[in-house]
Amino acid sequence: MAREMTGAQMVVEALIDQGVEHIFGYPGGAALPIYDEIFQQDKVQHILVRHEQAAGHAAEGYARSTGKVGVALVTSGPGATNMVTPLTDALMDSVPLVCISAQVPTHLIGTDAFQECDTVGITRPCTKHNFLVKRIEDLPGMLHEAFRIASSGRPGPVVVDIPKDIQFKTGIYENLKGAVRTSYRPRLEGDERAIRYAVAMMASAKKPVIYSGGGVINSGPRACELLRELAALTGFPLTSTLTGLGAYPASGKAWLGMLGMHGTYEANLAMHGCDVMVGIGVRFDDRITGRTDAFSPNSKKIHIDIDASSFNKNIRVDVPILGDVAHVLEAMIRVWKEAVPKHDAAALVPWWKQVNAWRAKKSLRYQKSADVIMPQYAIERLYQLTKDRDTYITTEVGQHQMWAAQHYGFDKPYHWMTSGGLGTMGYGFPSAIGVQTAHRDALVVCVAGDASIQMNIQELSTVIQHDLPVKVMILNNQYMGMVRQWQQLLHGNRLSHSYTDAMPDFVKLAEAYGAVGIRAQHPAELDDAIETMIASKKPVIFDCRVANLVNCLPMIPSGKAHNEILLPDDVADEDIGDVVDARGKQLV
Amino acid sequence: MPLPGESHSAYFYQEQVKTVERHTLAVIVDNEPGVLARVIGLFSGRGYNIETLTVSETEHEKHLSRITIVTTGTPAIIQQIKSQLGRLIPVHRVVDLSLAGAILERELALVKVRGKGEPRVEALQLAEAFNARVMDATTESFVFEITGKSDKLDQFISLMVPLGLVEVSRTGVAAIGRGPEGL
Ligand SMILES: Cc1ncc(C[n+]2csc(CCOP(=O)(O)OP(=O)(O)O)c2C)c(N)n1
Repeated sequence: MAREMTGAQMVVEALIDQGVEHIFGYPGGAALPIYDEIFQQDKVQHILVRHEQAAGHAAEGYARSTGKVGVALVTSGPGATNMVTPLTDALMDSVPLVCISAQVPTHLIGTDAFQECDTVGITRPCTKHNFLVKRIEDLPGMLHEAFRIASSGRPGPVVVDIPKDIQFKTGIYENLKGAVRTSYRPRLEGDERAIRYAVAMMASAKKPVIYSGGGVINSGPRACELLRELAALTGFPLTSTLTGLGAYPASGKAWLGMLGMHGTYEANLAMHGCDVMVGIGVRFDDRITGRTDAFSPNSKKIHIDIDASSFNKNIRVDVPILGDVAHVLEAMIRVWKEAVPKHDAAALVPWWKQVNAWRAKKSLRYQKSADVIMPQYAIERLYQLTKDRDTYITTEVGQHQMWAAQHYGFDKPYHWMTSGGLGTMGYGFPSAIGVQTAHRDALVVCVAGDASIQMNIQELSTVIQHDLPVKVMILNNQYMGMVRQWQQLLHGNRLSHSYTDAMPDFVKLAEAYGAVGIRAQHPAELDDAIETMIASKKPVIFDCRVANLVNCLPMIPSGKAHNEILLPDDVADEDIGDVVDARGKQLV
Repeated sequence: MPLPGESHSAYFYQEQVKTVERHTLAVIVDNEPGVLARVIGLFSGRGYNIETLTVSETEHEKHLSRITIVTTGTPAIIQQIKSQLGRLIPVHRVVDLSLAGAILERELALVKVRGKGEPRVEALQLAEAFNARVMDATTESFVFEITGKSDKLDQFISLMVPLGLVEVSRTGVAAIGRGPEGL
């Protein structure tokens, strides 16, 4: 039903019509008309953050844990520029986000007005699309189209930049949810012939592997179910990227563990040695492939993705299938059942034997200690003590992130939030705020590093204000551990600026904000500390003091092939500096 | 620096000899603010080449513009360029005219030449031979208009250099397929 209202009212109406219940934001001059409308209603709840970057990451956490679009609201100028990191993060990891940014009035655009910046210009390369609203008539359509673009096809962030005079102007609002304004219509169904071809290839494989990624999770819960069905039907071993964890259960029979730079031995060697690779919602990025010219040299590659530009970008594939993962897997399973009624599981026995031999290396093993808390052990205990609840894990970026990915067993999708593509320190805590906002009664734990947590520590104030009992477990090793590890590996162990001098007292810091602070120094204290953290009804900072100089293994050093993976047994922490040659040292 | 001739990892520029091709792409886009910036930003951000680029509204009622881009790259890069362009929301279609069979490509240049005596006469004679038209003349200068394929324009311009070439303005390539079919 069309109604007359102001631009600012349209923003709130459109959010309500889109079913948005929570938004994350920070006010400022150009956004005040919208904030005034937010004040006068109670359908959309606004979470006030302490830095706009946190609003963006919170919206990402919200989106990733619900499958809905996350929404952020910021003012012009610095409010918008502070959003650049989360927008880029969301673009890299395909997270559906709508960011509403305020802009100076249209007649001031281009005059270097106070708090003016070229928001659409700045965000063009870090959004899936963006709009500058110049006429009130365009506003309803652009708002609803932003949601459609953000959530369909390969999801991503969309910015709607709204000048202040447009927020005041009156126009006709209509609920245009789902209306198609642009020519954007992603194709969902995969090509049937390509699917049949792929199934034939899979049916005759002797050494197959399924390589699954974040695209499966983005496609939806149905896609995750179908992935499990496909693995069961075919009997193929399965590995996943960092962002794809949980789509297939870590307790499942086919599970090889995560692959890539810090992936398991069995996952990386299966990728290297396979004869048919089934890539599903993945993008063959450099943390996965290592040396591209030595990547899985003898396999035929099937690649399912909704984004045509993913095909052959880094690795040449044999059978690209363009479409939505759920649609394609549905068809693939149907075709498999018709065409391969009696699959010869015995044909895969030698391959599984090989895989199990690799598995027997136990590549995630680590040195146990009775005196200090090993970081891997801390994650293992966290897993054991939280696995029977509805637990969501977010992470910051660094060694702790990789240890969480390796040692926490993710059995469900939408319960794991981490910054994969961009690797954004400062992502984890605000992301946990978004998750907790969507799941008030769930246990939400941010696994953090002592350096990363300080990038958005001010959000402690947000969790207190909004009663969000987020738990932050800091694996405190006193170093930027991942940087230290690389310096040891590549730069003669000269630890240039990777030691955190003047570390704050995290317990006192938590208390200063009104949160709970706890600390554990000894393995014997660990379980109690974790239990206390879980039992608390308030936000908690848990300063978990771990061994300082542990390296994250296994590791495929940059520029090496999957079969050149470093295992814990191959190299002692002290000797790791001799492993990489001069050329490898130039890589990122 | 990477050692020449060896191929390494995702990080090294692989110095492999691959055939670089020249392709002419027709990109049909919504005629809206910023669309050209999106296209150009894509090329600069991902390190693709633009040899020429022309843009103009072609269907006023539908608010559609046509961008003609001449680009170079290996077949894999050309394929990436096309799929990356296809990802931009205001892009309706990307047609690789170079794959579409016979195409017509034309470019226009305005060429200013200054001189007296022999060189001036020679410039005029060459212009006639190239079917260039005189658009402006003074006792010591000409402005020629020349239309044709880009290499013909290149040739004409280089011939004008010793005869007193002062300035050149070129439009970039417009291209269309031969025969009765439209895009
Ligand atoms: C915003 C940002 N700046 C810099 C980096 C580079 N970086 C990657 S990991 C890391 C160290 C992280 O240290 P910490 O949070 O203590 O985690 P740890 O590795 O010790 O577990 C740094 C600086 C980054 N990823 N993000």
